Amino acid sequence: MTSEPFYQTIAQLAAALDAKRLSSVDLTKAVIARTKAVEGRVHAFNSFDETDALAQASSSDARRAAGQARGALDGIPIGFKDVIAVTGQPLTASSKMLANFVSPYDATVTTKLKNAGAVVWGRLNMDEFAMGSSTENSANGPTSNPWDLTRVPGGSSGGSAAALAAGEAIATLGSDTGGSIRQPAALCGVVGLKPTYGLVSRFGLIAFASSLDQIGPFARTVEDAAIVLGAIAGYDERDSTSFQTEIPDYRVDLKQRQGPWKLGIPKEYFGEGLDPEIAAAVERTIAFYKGQGCEIKEVSLPHTQYCLDTYYVIATAEASSNLARYDGIRYGHRSQNASDIVDLYFKSRAEGFGAEVKRRIILGTYVLSSGYYDAYYLRAQKVRTLIRNDFLATFRDVDALITPTSPMPAFKIGEKADPLALYLCDIYTIGVNLAGLPGISVPCGFTKSGLPIGAQLIGQPFRESELLAIAHAYEQAHDWKNKFPAL
Amino acid sequence: MSAPADLNIDHVATLARLALTPEEKAKFAQQIGDVLHHIEQLKKVDVSGVEPTAHAAPVFNVWADDVSKPGLSVEAALKNAPAQRDHMVVVPKVVE
Repeated sequence: MTSEPFYQTIAQLAAALDAKRLSSVDLTKAVIARTKAVEGRVHAFNSFDETDALAQASSSDARRAAGQARGALDGIPIGFKDVIAVTGQPLTASSKMLANFVSPYDATVTTKLKNAGAVVWGRLNMDEFAMGSSTENSANGPTSNPWDLTRVPGGSSGGSAAALAAGEAIATLGSDTGGSIRQPAALCGVVGLKPTYGLVSRFGLIAFASSLDQIGPFARTVEDAAIVLGAIAGYDERDSTSFQTEIPDYRVDLKQRQGPWKLGIPKEYFGEGLDPEIAAAVERTIAFYKGQGCEIKEVSLPHTQYCLDTYYVIATAEASSNLARYDGIRYGHRSQNASDIVDLYFKSRAEGFGAEVKRRIILGTYVLSSGYYDAYYLRAQKVRTLIRNDFLATFRDVDALITPTSPMPAFKIGEKADPLALYLCDIYTIGVNLAGLPGISVPCGFTKSGLPIGAQLIGQPFRESELLAIAHAYEQAHDWKNKFPAL
Repeated sequence: MSAPADLNIDHVATLARLALTPEEKAKFAQQIGDVLHHIEQLKKVDVSGVEPTAHAAPVFNVWADDVSKPGLSVEAALKNAPAQRDHMVVVPKVVE
């Protein structure tokens, strides 16, 4: 393990802070210095506010000196995807539409992390309005993968994954609608967790597809992901889909829960289009669990082939509705070339949105339009039921599923120009969103050319403790977490 | 399910209140046509008797108490408005 503070885990840093071997100000300064040193190459951030971060760090040190530290996150710099509201900070969704927007309030996850004492650090780059799988659809330009700067970090939360992999934050938050946390985590060699739909409040998250969106952590280790999840999870009356459930101590749980578990291998996730090196790495992951006494069982998710189409109907339909609010009136970009109020809507939206956002608004508007609603949207919602039932049926026999996270390792920036080719990056992750399940990507090796590979574990609704314990068991027996990119 | 040839991009762009250039229209019509062609396979699924899933959260009919709570100040709420005057958002003339 490197001795650089910016590459340590929350667990290690919390111990150092408590033992007064390190101050939050020194840690935050180290993260800021690292960010300045590598950001010219990585471009993970849309913006950051070092004065604000250092003021928060100083408050944390004062609390700790007074014996009032608030736990493991107190004084730890955590990066935010630029889609989660932080009072007084920019909130752009990497879109020209919101280039000058400043949040008037905190998202619920922001309030919770502030209450836990975390240092809220920076605005992380992403695909515009979280639409994409490579972070190339950003109005601010692409983010590079720290493992190979000519390649994408994945997306849409590419900045969150790249910043963590490059040591520009100790943990980060992203959002996941079809794989936007897990896929970039896999491509950047870090842990990424999408919680069960309803576990984490979406209040203050810019909406893309409301029935699929969920906020979750990127972290260096499963234990760190458990620490952040514990801080952000929980019922919120301001999100009507948030669920009233007791939040366990995930960090304690992941150490106490022991296997062996029953693990399912969905055969549909190992077919055509899967990179052979990724297949081999995931096979080795499965072999590890088998060696630990876990029962490995082949299972079937027969509607898997319909996930992508179901997703692109539902996600674009919801997006076309959610993004109707950007009309140039109350906030956001307003065209200076409009002749009247209706023209103002048309031109403000045309000038403010990028190509992929426009494409999805058009597709979503079409599938919801008169005469097509039943054929596309309603039918997709019914297929969604079948997809969810497939998953729930497998959980009668197994505790969790193991799959690849992404069919391919990080690809070259500019390599995938065709939208449909890019949509195929998400084939192993979108089913989890449609079914509302928790999913985690854990590093499980590297390709021969040195690109990270992730394995995805899929769990049962609201059973994150078990999912994290299964992931932790693998991680503890492997050394992937101690490998860092040469930057 | 309708064929992608049914996609009238002018009509849909009007519904979406989105001004598209001729180049965007041609490009999007082709790209969205490809995606819709892919989506056609959904019609192969037997969905008879299947209930639609709007979202996967096990909560329904959520009610909030009808109690007023403090919200944003007028200044904070208007801070991001492109144009404002006298605590109001300024827009182009709507009626003659």
